[in-house]
Amino acid sequence: MVEIICKNLSKTYNNKHSALSNLNVSINSNGIFALIGRNGAGKTTLIRILSTELMPTKGTAKIDDLDVIKQARQVRELIAVTPQEARPVPWMTPKQSIMTYLLWRGFGYSEAKKKAMETLKLFGIEKEADRLNMKLSGGLRRKVAVATIVASDAKILFLDEPTTGLDPISRRDVWKILSEFKKDHFIFLTTHYLEEAEALADNIGLLDGGKLLALGTLAKLRRSMGKSYSITVFDKEAAYMQLKYLGNKITVGKDGNVQLLVSEKVASKAAIKLVRAGVKFSINPVSLDDIFYYLVKKPITGEGYEEEYTK
Amino acid sequence: MKRNILSEVLASVLVNAVYAMRNFPVVLINLLLTPLSFLIVISFVSHGALIGVAIEGAFIMTMVSNGIGLQGDLSHLKNDLKLQDMVVSSPTSAFTYMIGMALSEIMYALPSLIILSVLAVLFLNLGILAALVITAVLIMIFVVSLSLGFFLSTFTSDVIQSWAFSGMLSLLLSTLPPVYYPLTYIPLPYRYIAFISPTTYAAEIIQNITGFVSLSYSSVIIAWAVLLAFTIVLLFAAIKRSRWTDI
Repeated sequence: MVEIICKNLSKTYNNKHSALSNLNVSINSNGIFALIGRNGAGKTTLIRILSTELMPTKGTAKIDDLDVIKQARQVRELIAVTPQEARPVPWMTPKQSIMTYLLWRGFGYSEAKKKAMETLKLFGIEKEADRLNMKLSGGLRRKVAVATIVASDAKILFLDEPTTGLDPISRRDVWKILSEFKKDHFIFLTTHYLEEAEALADNIGLLDGGKLLALGTLAKLRRSMGKSYSITVFDKEAAYMQLKYLGNKITVGKDGNVQLLVSEKVASKAAIKLVRAGVKFSINPVSLDDIFYYLVKKPITGEGYEEEYTK
Repeated sequence: MKRNILSEVLASVLVNAVYAMRNFPVVLINLLLTPLSFLIVISFVSHGALIGVAIEGAFIMTMVSNGIGLQGDLSHLKNDLKLQDMVVSSPTSAFTYMIGMALSEIMYALPSLIILSVLAVLFLNLGILAALVITAVLIMIFVVSLSLGFFLSTFTSDVIQSWAFSGMLSLLLSTLPPVYYPLTYIPLPYRYIAFISPTTYAAEIIQNITGFVSLSYSSVIIAWAVLLAFTIVLLFAAIKRSRWTDI
């Protein structure tokens, strides 16, 4: 069990841009904690503070009761970090990359070499062990970067957007490895792939504008929202005609589809009404995407939703 | 896991020197060419008269360019590859990282130092004292350059900027000052500018001990004192003032 506690944690860059604002977080968890948020939400800043790289403007952060500023050296014994955009050194091979990182962490030469090969096997890239990193595909390079810290056996792994740039198959490969690895380690990852958080995380934090909006398991987040189903209607006018009695907030996406987040009871009634009227729709349990949009009022990436109105 | 300082130092040497040299041997040729080409040009232009001074200059340039080169290397590892962020959050300390990186720069300097040592034996009549003085001065000038490189690398935000600084500093410290030629070759009003550079003092001490210039006892003491001051101040700045982390 790992405990991460942040109290009134703030970070302002150049006295202007506030990346974190009085963040109070208490994570007491095993497995994988996923911090999700839009670009600029403060995810990387939080990881950099927790991984002893960045000084907060104010507040404190502790990992397993160790202060990340005052006891940085002890914290570093526990953690390993893959920064966002980390790339393995181009003039080295995957085996050499992992091995040298392990040497930095205090492994002996032969032990590091052995562990590097074992990890490459675990990631299914042992055939690439002796190829130069610069000759690997982007996805393979990302895998090597993740494999490097996984090899360290550190108790806590910080992965800042670990699967960005990976193709869907490689992404799922990494998920599989992280799922295995979480049995004995705590993984703190940031992502803006909501399906990644849904698939992997035991606990999820939603960060926006440097503030934590929600924290908990996916089930808890769903419960706290009070809406358990998402109905998507593919005809804006029909949706309005059939569902206006609900008085619910209707969200219209750029694609013209209408979305409603409703309770189970309301969902069943609305579904019957839509079926009777012959209107095409889909009904699904509320996804993390829905929760994120509900709380942040913006989609996780881009400008996906154009208008929002209540009639 | 218990810290293993030898492993930590070895990691830096492997990453920054051994694997780069093994996988891209062309870097060695590049590092050899710069000091040796100046040596050749000065020797030809002076019809061989300055070959001894030029060998000493090439020694200094080798140490300066490899020391300053640390800046570009560190900046690349830090800003482009984010490797330094991974090391910062590991049990490795800034000091061991710097020692490892310094040793890696010595590895780059080795081929050039070996060739120059052979030339020194052939063209310079060195006694043990002179050899010891040259070694001490080269170590000091290497520490000066490394410290400067390490210090600046923590402030530059991208590798293009770093390479520009590296090239500029290398030029300002080892090409323009009287390193490949005696100080007296500079016309008097401009001669004083040369004293801004620590390499001027290094060259003066070496040229004096090998008999190419004749300095008064007090001038030699001053040269040693200034060189020592440069070494201590820049080393202190590198250790204490560099932003290894933002903590």
